[in-house]
Amino acid sequence: MFIFIKTHKKYVILRIFVSKYQIIVRMKTIIVVGNGMVGYKFCEKFVAKEESKNYKVIVFGEEPRPAYDRVHLSEFFENQDAKALEMAPAEWYTENDIELIVNERVTDIHKTTKKITTAKDREFSYDYLVLATGSSAFVPPIKGVEKEGVFVYRTIEDLEGMLDYASKLKSKNANAKAAVLGGGLLGLEAGKAVMDMGLEPHIVEFAPKLMPRQLDSRSSQVLQLKLESIGLNIHLSKATNQILGDKSIVGMEFGEDDVLDVEMLIISAGIRPRDELGKTCDLEMGVRGGIVVNNKMQTSDESIYAIGEVALYNQMIYGLVAPGYDMAGVAVDQIIGEAETLMPEEIDMSTKLKLIGVDVASFGEPFMPASKGHSIIFENKTQHLYKRINVSLDGKSLLGGILVGDATDYSMLHQVYLNGMAIPEDPAQLILPASEGGAAFGDVMDLPDEAQICSCESVTKGQICAAIESGEATDIAGVVSCTKAGTGCGGCKPMLADLTNATLKSLGIEVKEGVCEHFDLNRQDLYKIIQVKEYKTFNEVLDNHGNGGHGCELCKPLIASLMASINADTANKEYAIQDSNDRFLANIQRNGTYSVVPRVPGGEITPDKLIALGEIAKKYDLYTKITGGVRIDLFGATLNQLPLIWKELIGHGFESGHAYGKSLRTVKTCVGSTWCRYGMDESVSFGIELENRYRGIRAPHKIKGGVSGCIRECAEARGKDFGLIAVEGGWNLYVGGNGGATPRHAELLAEQIDNETVIKYLDRYLMFYMRTAKPLQRTAAWQERLEGGMEYLKEVIIEDKLGIAVDLEKEMETLVNKFECEWTQAINDPEMMKRFSHFVNSEEEDDNLVFVPMRDQKMPEPWN
Amino acid sequence: MEEILETYTATELEHVKVWFKAASTKDFPVDGGACIKYKDKQIAVFNFARLDKWYACQNVCPHKMEMVLSRGMIGDDKGTPKVACPLHKKTFSLENGENLNGDLEAIATYPVKIENDFVYIGFSE
Repeated sequence: MFIFIKTHKKYVILRIFVSKYQIIVRMKTIIVVGNGMVGYKFCEKFVAKEESKNYKVIVFGEEPRPAYDRVHLSEFFENQDAKALEMAPAEWYTENDIELIVNERVTDIHKTTKKITTAKDREFSYDYLVLATGSSAFVPPIKGVEKEGVFVYRTIEDLEGMLDYASKLKSKNANAKAAVLGGGLLGLEAGKAVMDMGLEPHIVEFAPKLMPRQLDSRSSQVLQLKLESIGLNIHLSKATNQILGDKSIVGMEFGEDDVLDVEMLIISAGIRPRDELGKTCDLEMGVRGGIVVNNKMQTSDESIYAIGEVALYNQMIYGLVAPGYDMAGVAVDQIIGEAETLMPEEIDMSTKLKLIGVDVASFGEPFMPASKGHSIIFENKTQHLYKRINVSLDGKSLLGGILVGDATDYSMLHQVYLNGMAIPEDPAQLILPASEGGAAFGDVMDLPDEAQICSCESVTKGQICAAIESGEATDIAGVVSCTKAGTGCGGCKPMLADLTNATLKSLGIEVKEGVCEHFDLNRQDLYKIIQVKEYKTFNEVLDNHGNGGHGCELCKPLIASLMASINADTANKEYAIQDSNDRFLANIQRNGTYSVVPRVPGGEITPDKLIALGEIAKKYDLYTKITGGVRIDLFGATLNQLPLIWKELIGHGFESGHAYGKSLRTVKTCVGSTWCRYGMDESVSFGIELENRYRGIRAPHKIKGGVSGCIRECAEARGKDFGLIAVEGGWNLYVGGNGGATPRHAELLAEQIDNETVIKYLDRYLMFYMRTAKPLQRTAAWQERLEGGMEYLKEVIIEDKLGIAVDLEKEMETLVNKFECEWTQAINDPEMMKRFSHFVNSEEEDDNLVFVPMRDQKMPEPWN
Repeated sequence: MEEILETYTATELEHVKVWFKAASTKDFPVDGGACIKYKDKQIAVFNFARLDKWYACQNVCPHKMEMVLSRGMIGDDKGTPKVACPLHKKTFSLENGENLNGDLEAIATYPVKIENDFVYIGFSE
């Protein structure tokens, strides 16, 4: 028995197990031209079909990599990780017997002989040809558009080119400006990319409003206000006459005296279908481009299909992922003979996205003539909120709508619209805030089974529930992997989570997220229990709420931290349950010695104190280094030396820096208006005040702060858990940033607030984080996963939506007032001091330590 | 560095020749450990109060050969009493020294007895 494949003729002898019969089956070949998201989706849907094994699939892509997620292209600017955007790795194609040919463009189609030719002059035969060539950026014919520094926003290569150019610009001019031509959906995405590249962003739009296809003028104004408030400059009704500059761009000219100086331009003025192949082989084309298809996705040649942004269906090019995926599904079914699958007449163009942290959504018919129905509009410009719904004349059904600023209601409204569900008698309830007479309308469980939850992957509520009910999926990750819901644009994820949890609940399944084998409770539950029951020891918590074991290195330090957060205990209490560093109030280093970091609030230190540090370091022969948080770290102290060193440090007025704790580290400051000629406020004074306020407080993870005296941001405050930047009229307060493995900029919580308000909001924010985060979760990760995001956080912290602000402030006040330096505590208590000796039966030190010299100091012998 | 490990061999109760009087029970933290010195050996001793038991093992962690296990946190892994190294959280059974979350060499354990509030460690030499 053997298999025989002759590549270009495609005659295959299939292996037959039954008997001596050998049947020769002619295997059909499908060639897919284009390996973007839709081309990939075609392959994915195709291999899922039983019949696919009777076909050979060859995919051509002109880009050098496998298909990637273009919808989330702007994420590339955050992580520059092209791999993370991949739809599937190259191996996926091999595993599924698909031949993927990248870097080779298809140049011609010979309809009569059913062959294609590539740029490398190779020929391939097909039985079915699927054109998924997508679109390219439309470059308007503006004079000077070919100049250096003008880019389009389309592929990873475009992005790499931009990054390169931007970094060159910035090295010459730190305040360089860049413009985006086009204020549509993609243009605003590109605007975010410009911000992420650190250039001053400008959006230039020809129309008098932003996102002209999705928004009405009022919502566009609200969006504009919001975007301007975060630093985007918006220029509407501007027709660009020419691009200025000799070799490279230096500006854009709109009118005679109307010029915008920019050193870089990103064109995002719409898309044009990549339909050249259709033209060369004489397929029926649209007047303004696009290959005409019928509802089977067939072109004028019945063996040639077109899907995605190259296909002109009902005289329209659909630039969204969901219809593209649907087209791929129709083409797959048509090719294998499931003729009844057709593209629907009407295509849902609803979209929801987060633009630079701002929710924008539109669904159904966003703009509706008054003759067709009534509109209900809710607008709050001070909060950058706009909601509009369009209701039928009889008031019974929802026809469409627009949401800007807060799109939490989108999933539900979209479902109500799609499924023609009944709406309340007063439709205003659908969009009014609950406090103003709005009612929580609609529960996910009320949706009909056929309601489409994920429109990208066409997954219905029924399919999701079935996956959970059959036991195939037991959590959200499981639902995602077995239904593919949520893998497209990701917009349905919140609803997916609600649906999964509600379904699990309806089945009586509890969602377990215990901290370790000793507790089924999560950190938040334990927090509440310890607070309410006023437990004071680990054993009390374990005996009353544990699973009968004896604890471990996960739950012990967690409960120690919770009791410290709640009772303002120092780490000296019940030291055996503290993490090793907290137990010895120092940071353990590679060889089991410790490092010592005294607190230097705000980084301000007198010469005398600096000398004292130097002398102590010299006396105990400690390796000395300035830390990443601009404090002074003394390394190589033995356990026995720790109290001796601290006695001296405390004698010189130092106190513990808590570098070893999951607690406030340092508040980094720039010199501020005290000395700096640009300073707007006293960043050092305020930094010291904040550091002294929050010192010693135990949290889920370490906390760092920063205070900058002006927008030059020398203290890198936006890279900290909390950061302040002095501006005209007060401080801008940013929260949830960090460096580390996944760097993240802090987000703006409040603007132009005074010192007192900063402290009020920070007290609430930190306490809210301490109450609700997971173990070892930094503020950045916590904030990112906070349902409702930044808007919700603002509601809780600023507007006190949950009515807990007073409690949060009170709890923080208690912690602040109870602060005690734990090192001072330790060295004044002979019982505590016993902890700091290497042997309990000898005064000797660890004889295993070996140090070697390094750059005039010492280091532990390297590990082998 | 590995030669340090040769200093420590697991000692069974029946092979104990010397009961070394190490320190008072009060010198050890409740549900925690401390280190004692015997000749050239460093021994970690744990007062597992929740089980009302005492355990002893080598102080050196076989992962990076540092003298740190006595400073580790104790607890249990599905009922097996264990210690977690403070450097990289490698965990070892306090009963037979086995590495519970990896495939490091087992650590040497030693018998402990308490008499008149004093802690004695059993050695074969």
